[in-house]
Amino acid sequence: MSIDADLARVDAPVPAPITVTKDYSLPDRIFRRGVQAAGIGVLFLLIAIGVFLLHAGYPAFHNAGLHFFTRSGFQTIGAHPSFGVFASLIGTIEVASVAMLVGVPVAIATAIFLSEYAPLWSRRSLIAMIDLAAAIPSIIFGLWAIFELQPNVVGFSTWLSRHFAFIPFFKVVSPPLNASLFIAGLVVGIMIVPIIASICREVFSLAPAGEREAALALGASRWQMIRSVVLPFGRGGMIGAVMLGLGRALEETIAVAIILGLSFTASAHILQHGGTTISQLIAVKFGSGGTLGTQDLLMCGFVLFVLTMVINLAASAIVNRSRSGAGVDL
Amino acid sequence: MTTDSETPTAPPGVLVRSSTASTATLSPRRTLVEPDDAAGSGDQVAPPPTPRRLPTPLRPRDFGTRDIALLVISAFSSFCLTWVIFFQVTSLSGALGFLVVWYVGFLALTWLSTAEVIERSVATDRVVAVVVVSAAMLVSGLVVFIVAWVAYKAIPSIHWGSLLSKDQLHLEATDPNALAHVGVVHAVIGTLEQVLLATAVGVPFAIATAVFLNEVKGWPVRTVRTVVTAMSGTPSVVAGIFIYSLLILTGYLPYSGFAASLALVVILLPSVTRVVEEVLRVVPSGLREASQALGAPEWRTVWSVVLPTARSGVVTAILLGIARIVGETAPLLFTAVGSQVKNWDPFLHDQGALPLSIWSNHQFPQAVYVDLAFQAAFVLMSFVLILFVLARLFSRPKGKRSKNVSEGDDMMARYFIPVPIERPTESEVGQ
Repeated sequence: MSIDADLARVDAPVPAPITVTKDYSLPDRIFRRGVQAAGIGVLFLLIAIGVFLLHAGYPAFHNAGLHFFTRSGFQTIGAHPSFGVFASLIGTIEVASVAMLVGVPVAIATAIFLSEYAPLWSRRSLIAMIDLAAAIPSIIFGLWAIFELQPNVVGFSTWLSRHFAFIPFFKVVSPPLNASLFIAGLVVGIMIVPIIASICREVFSLAPAGEREAALALGASRWQMIRSVVLPFGRGGMIGAVMLGLGRALEETIAVAIILGLSFTASAHILQHGGTTISQLIAVKFGSGGTLGTQDLLMCGFVLFVLTMVINLAASAIVNRSRSGAGVDL
Repeated sequence: MTTDSETPTAPPGVLVRSSTASTATLSPRRTLVEPDDAAGSGDQVAPPPTPRRLPTPLRPRDFGTRDIALLVISAFSSFCLTWVIFFQVTSLSGALGFLVVWYVGFLALTWLSTAEVIERSVATDRVVAVVVVSAAMLVSGLVVFIVAWVAYKAIPSIHWGSLLSKDQLHLEATDPNALAHVGVVHAVIGTLEQVLLATAVGVPFAIATAVFLNEVKGWPVRTVRTVVTAMSGTPSVVAGIFIYSLLILTGYLPYSGFAASLALVVILLPSVTRVVEEVLRVVPSGLREASQALGAPEWRTVWSVVLPTARSGVVTAILLGIARIVGETAPLLFTAVGSQVKNWDPFLHDQGALPLSIWSNHQFPQAVYVDLAFQAAFVLMSFVLILFVLARLFSRPKGKRSKNVSEGDDMMARYFIPVPIERPTESEVGQ
């Protein structure tokens, strides 16, 4: 009986064999071309940002020549224009340095707490807190800084300037101590904490449990375990995180613009009133300097763009090359 | 504390485990004597072994009265020390400076006293624990404080009737009841329209790019991935002046909400692309292969299998991307410019936005303007909080409510930085 059934099945019409081709069908080709176009579109967008800023800002550079990089100021209207990016570049670096000095230790300590110390029941809500800190708009940080932080910091600045004036950075030449590069750097430092902390936490939590336990079993204290296992393991990710925080600190616009009083003297005295960063200059002076002023600001924007691109690409290169256990895929 | 130097050395092979010196001598049962090989071969009888005591292990849980006393005493004495430094020697004010100096003094004294009473490595361990706990408390405290502060500053002056129904045109600073006649609705309209337009343009673009990076591949995937990375570091102010120089300066677009939303796309695009790519990466490749084995074309696999599987992650990515651009100020300065009146048309004329309202109003000396700035900040903060809570709800895996860190939490953090997720290997997929 079963043999008959089998024979009957053999007689059934054989379905046509499926042809397997390497060619994609027409809808698939459209689909593939479409998403490829999107990818190439992103590529072109980045190139366009650089090209158009340079193109639109070049007349200002042509006008000032290499003095663009050595002068400061925004005198673009009149027969003898004088402008440049020097003070803004220095100020940008100063604000970013203060921000890194404040933000990086706090961020790494927070990340260590979240991955190593925090009790499990509190971990979820603490991580949510850090993410929320990253989601708070920078203008609200700026608002908070000028109304709440600044009045409290000025006293500390005065104290620093009076007793640590032998350090050049803390010297004060002209007295008012509000609206300074130091306070701006402090706010930016607070703003980069959640970014650095959340990356570092992820990297730290990837450190292998076996090696942690081995360190503890050998009699290491908790800190010795962190120092000998967790931190070396997460080094690459930490560097990447810090570089990313640096990129964020260099570009911060509106919080700095709220705090910092615009002044075009490049000075190392970060505690005293006034200063300038590139992005603050663009935000505050936009539309006030005629055609040449606009071109100057666009050129400044190009400088900032190149600066942050270099930092970000270097960050990803460092992370990719670092041979620690977990790199961050930047 | 017992150490090796205090006790005579014992012959090898003899170990005494003791928690303290006294228990070791009182309880000989805990003395472990291994069989002595020398006793069998030689005729000399070994002298009775003197037990060597191992140091008592210190455990993190051994945190008793003495340790608490050390911390409290350090805190108190550093407080006194700071008081002397601050008000007697240098005579200055500033609560923040006082706290900073007190904190540093507290750390130093804790280390010194713990090193003196217990041990150096314990002292370091303890100081690190204090630093780490206080850093986390500082950060989370600051977040709660800022959110509460905005509400605290805004709510007393809010006229709920006018807040979301009136614009800022009829603001008269001299009128004591001025806030009853103004609101932030012009800014809310502007922000909603700009963000929605930016999402409508940016999200499909971002998802297509992510699909290209993770599903389709081919030329030039590596370059595009690097570019997306580099672009997510684009300064927001640069995004604004780019659109300005590309479209407004050349006359293609007027100053408008649409120009603003294009600038926001430049910021939204790379961040959403990266997160969506991460999300697509964790879709098991077995699902893709099953779909292809059933004869589905590639677009069908992506549309009906890959994207639906990753739906909650993609939604979270979009919500977080919106939460990020909703508060961007710098790009709007050069594109939407800001306005005091309602402007429903995002394609024509200047348009207000919540961040722009804060920016322009906070600079006035009159209290009315500052109040209005805080009201705008309050509305903006509410938007961000709503988006954030929604994103958390979507990112939580369904049916599983564990208190531990879940996949969803990691994704939230990955919004800023993607950490590579292990791709499931062939064998895992097969199981």
